[in-house]
Parts: sequence; structure tokens; C-alpha cells
Amino acid sequence: MIYLTRRATFSASHYYWNPAWSEEKNQQIFGRCANRNGHGHNYTLEVTVAGEPDPVTGFVVDLKWLREVIEREVLEAWDHRHLNLDAPEFAAAIPTTENLAIAAWDRLEPPVTAAGGARLSRVRIYETPEIFAEYRGEA
Amino acid sequence: MIAKSRRACFGRRYLVSASHRLHTDALSTEENRATYGKCNNPHGHGHNYVVEVLVCGAVNPETGMVVDLTALDEVVRARVVERFDHANLNLDPLFANRVPTTENLCRAVFGLLRDALPGGELERVRVEETENNFFECCGE
Repeated sequence: MIYLTRRATFSASHYYWNPAWSEEKNQQIFGRCANRNGHGHNYTLEVTVAGEPDPVTGFVVDLKWLREVIEREVLEAWDHRHLNLDAPEFAAAIPTTENLAIAAWDRLEPPVTAAGGARLSRVRIYETPEIFAEYRGEA
Repeated sequence: MIAKSRRACFGRRYLVSASHRLHTDALSTEENRATYGKCNNPHGHGHNYVVEVLVCGAVNPETGMVVDLTALDEVVRARVVERFDHANLNLDPLFANRVPTTENLCRAVFGLLRDALPGGELERVRVEETENNFFECCGE
């Protein structure tokens, strides 16, 4: 089994807010991340797929194809957007790094699986160089 | 929509600058020199270590988090960073009978954090000694 990872970057804004809580509790739990006018990050997305190299091409997947899938499924929806306001999955979920990793998985897993040959193994998202979250599916 | 209680992992990196000397009394002077090379130089040397902590668990549907970053920072700061940053690892009691290789440092950090996290479970500790080498520990 070979694990192949493609990296992509995107820039987006967000804020953390639970509408079921008071303003005070949001400020207490989320701190500066609860500022309602939002803030932003340069995110790095790492997409790892796993599979056996094709005996003819030597590829697990074509990296160009994987780049196009990432751009179409994730970057078009999130890059230079406000995640709370522009991304439908965050209408009712807080766009934490953990939830971004899960949501990116949900966007990428169907096309990767449908293409056959490799399975999605891990999605990791860096919010800053020192903070990241990852999701490996349910299992 | 994000389903409730899915398991994800949160990673955080911390900087620890410390000195050490690789040396064991179990080996002769010559054997220490042969085993550890310049890492055995008598007065020690130092590194900017990066300690990377990976915490996994169910994402809390109220906060969207596996673990609260501020609370995690506080635990790692109190138990690891304050202990080792700008210190000589050889003088720490954890290394009284153990050579402060980065393998052993990695395992020591795992032990200091395993039962102290404010949420989630400690899945892995990575310690990067330089840009070109790192060590990982996932418990026993």
C-alpha cells in the first residue's frame, strides 16, 4: 500500500459562535475567535490517498487529477470565502479546524471513491503552521 | 451537515530549546565516543526541539472541538514546556538513569501528558530534534 499526499492552500475567514449560547459564554469559550466580524487564515490542506501503484503507469492516482478534484470540491467552495457565510456545511456547524477536516473529507471522499483505484486515507488541515486537525473517516 | 460526535484529531506544535549530552556510564569513554560521536562532547550542546502533540476524540457538537486549545496549551506549558525549555535535559530527574536521546525525550513527553489532557486522548507525540530528524511515540 502506498500513501500519496497532495497539498493545497486556501485563504478564508471565519468566526466561532454557538447561537445556542449567550454572547458572554461565546466570548468565554471561544475568546478572540468569537469576534463577530471574523478573522482569517492561510490554510494548508493535505489530502492523503492510499492504494497500489497501477502496474502500467506506476501511479496510485494521477496527481493532476487529484489536484483538480481538490480545487473543484474544496477550493472553489472555500478559497477567499467567509466560511460561516459562504459554505453551506457551516450554516449549522462551527468552522473549527476539526470540522473543516471533516467537511473536506465529506467533499473529497465521494469523487475519490467513485474514481476507483485508491481510497481517501486522511485529510489534514493546518490553520497555522502550529495548529492542525485531521480526519481519517469513521472506522 | 457535520454529523454529531465524529472522531477527529487536533494537533499542536510547541517549541522547546534545551541542551543535552548523549553519554552513558554503562559504556567506556571510547565506547561513548564511538556510539554518540559529537553528541558526546563533554559540555553538551542544544537544539530547538519542536514537540508536536496529537489529541484524538469525538468532536464536541457544541464547540466543534476535540479539545480546547487554550486548555491544552496550559497543560503542555505547565507539564512540558516549563520543565524542559531552556533547561539541561541531563539534569532532569527523568533522565537521571536514561540517556536524553530524542527517543527518550519523546517517550517522556508522552508519559507527562497522557493522563493530564483536558479532553480527548493522546494519540501521538512527535519530537523534531532538527529539521532533518524526528521521533514519534504512540504509548506502549
